[in-house]
Amino acid sequence: MSTVIEASALVKRYADFVAVAGIDFRIDKGECFGFLGPNGAGKTSTMRMLQSVSLPSAGKLSVLGMDPVRDGKLIRTRIGVCPQADNLDPDLPVRQNLLVYGRYFPQPRAVTARRADELLEFVALGDKRDHAIPELSGGMKRRLVIARALINEPELLLLDEPTTGLDPQARHLIWAKLRELRTRGVTMVLTTHYMDEAERLCDRLVIMNEGKILAAGQPRELIEAHVGKEVFELGASAEEARAFLADVELGGAAHEHTGDVLAVFLGERSALSERLVERARHGGSRYLLRNATLEDVFLKLTGRELGE
Amino acid sequence: MKPTSFLHGATEVAARNLIVWRRYAAASALGNFGEPLLYLVALGYGLGRVVPPIDGQSYAEFLAPGLIVSTVMYTATFEGTFGAYTRLTTQGTFDAILATPVTVPEIVAGEVLWGGIKSTFGAAVVLLVVTAFGLVPSPLALGTLGLGFVAGAMFYAMALCMSALSKSYEFFNYYFTLMVAPMFLFSGVFFPLDAAPRWALSLAQLLPLTHVVAISRSLVRGTPGPGIAVHAAVLLVYALAAYAAAALLMRRRLRI
Repeated sequence: MSTVIEASALVKRYADFVAVAGIDFRIDKGECFGFLGPNGAGKTSTMRMLQSVSLPSAGKLSVLGMDPVRDGKLIRTRIGVCPQADNLDPDLPVRQNLLVYGRYFPQPRAVTARRADELLEFVALGDKRDHAIPELSGGMKRRLVIARALINEPELLLLDEPTTGLDPQARHLIWAKLRELRTRGVTMVLTTHYMDEAERLCDRLVIMNEGKILAAGQPRELIEAHVGKEVFELGASAEEARAFLADVELGGAAHEHTGDVLAVFLGERSALSERLVERARHGGSRYLLRNATLEDVFLKLTGRELGE
Repeated sequence: MKPTSFLHGATEVAARNLIVWRRYAAASALGNFGEPLLYLVALGYGLGRVVPPIDGQSYAEFLAPGLIVSTVMYTATFEGTFGAYTRLTTQGTFDAILATPVTVPEIVAGEVLWGGIKSTFGAAVVLLVVTAFGLVPSPLALGTLGLGFVAGAMFYAMALCMSALSKSYEFFNYYFTLMVAPMFLFSGVFFPLDAAPRWALSLAQLLPLTHVVAISRSLVRGTPGPGIAVHAAVLLVYALAAYAAAALLMRRRLRI
């Protein structure tokens, strides 16, 4: 499989802080690769280096086989960028947003016009072509931003928090569109702090915090390696948790008490999970037995304290 | 795909602004048309009744060339501050463009080009008005359109520097009060500078608008002497310096 992006010991320093503190990753053609992390983890700084808008302070980076420092213009000719902030042109109606954006690429006007119509259909905005931007809902704006990012038929699509701030319907529609693009073979890189989004979309991902990569792999692989299969949660104060744990034989299963929740991480659905449920039911406490998620991995690796 | 050229990037940036502006052109033209007309009536014909002729011209005739280019200055300055700053910040227009093959220097060049185009339009509207009032004796006055383009690009580049430095819209008050308004009043638009004391005259020579007014006046009267070359040279130096400064400051502002 051919490599689309390769980074080694990549660093981005600003005047007063280090946003990216030496990371390595490789992204292959056709895959959907995720950068997961809380705000300030260095995800957006990494994305800006990938689109060669911001230059690396140190380390090596290659995008589509090119050097972003030297070939930024050529790289941006062949990629599509869906930025975090909504920067559609409010002075222009929907379709014209695509037409004007297409002018910045080495692409004939007629091709841009044809693609604009196809893309508006693709993102289900065909009937909104002459609407003003402020009339669109948040989900429609996002879809238009995605359509705009595809106007030059990019080989690589960079998506910075594609569904942040959207309602569930809008998010599901966008996920469906992104999966469709992946089946067409578009390589995608996305950042998100939504774990469910990463689990649904990403073939592989890295978890970032404070500019570093804490873990890398396929979502399921990461969950099983770091957390297990299931999580048992019990509503309990510190004292109640102690009493509860004294009562059941955990057999070395990892557990954690935070705030008013006791969590026990389970490798398999086992006799232990039944014992835990039994004991909780007996004591009349609130409990939950659920599948382990990326969020558990994330919290385990980054700690439960607020990063900011 | 071959990468786009510098010229392609710059012209498309200017084209984007032109496309947007076409949608609001009527309101924009009214502004260009209305304000100089008010000055012309109030000062040229109101105040002008008690002002003796200057160099054999009525006061309205004296005023006309200056109004053409002061409109250029204001058009370029408003667009380069409030307009460009909005594209730089709240609208994220420049950020969106930078995700395409277009570069920061291309954005600056395209914006300045746009400043020249919009100012030329402003100059044309005022030229039409003063011509209708019979205040334009020479066809050389058409040259003020070219002058409007160069001067407009220069004033726009100066304003773009302010946008690149600014943290808020309020910041522009300093520029308008300390730079633009004094230029408007003391560059020979309203009174002949040669009557001023020597030190004041030297100060006025530092103001870019002074040279633009001098060129405009000689074009409208149809009397371009050798002095026009000096004024044009000063104007070009100012324009290039402002452009270089704008490119530098915008680069610093956008390359984070």
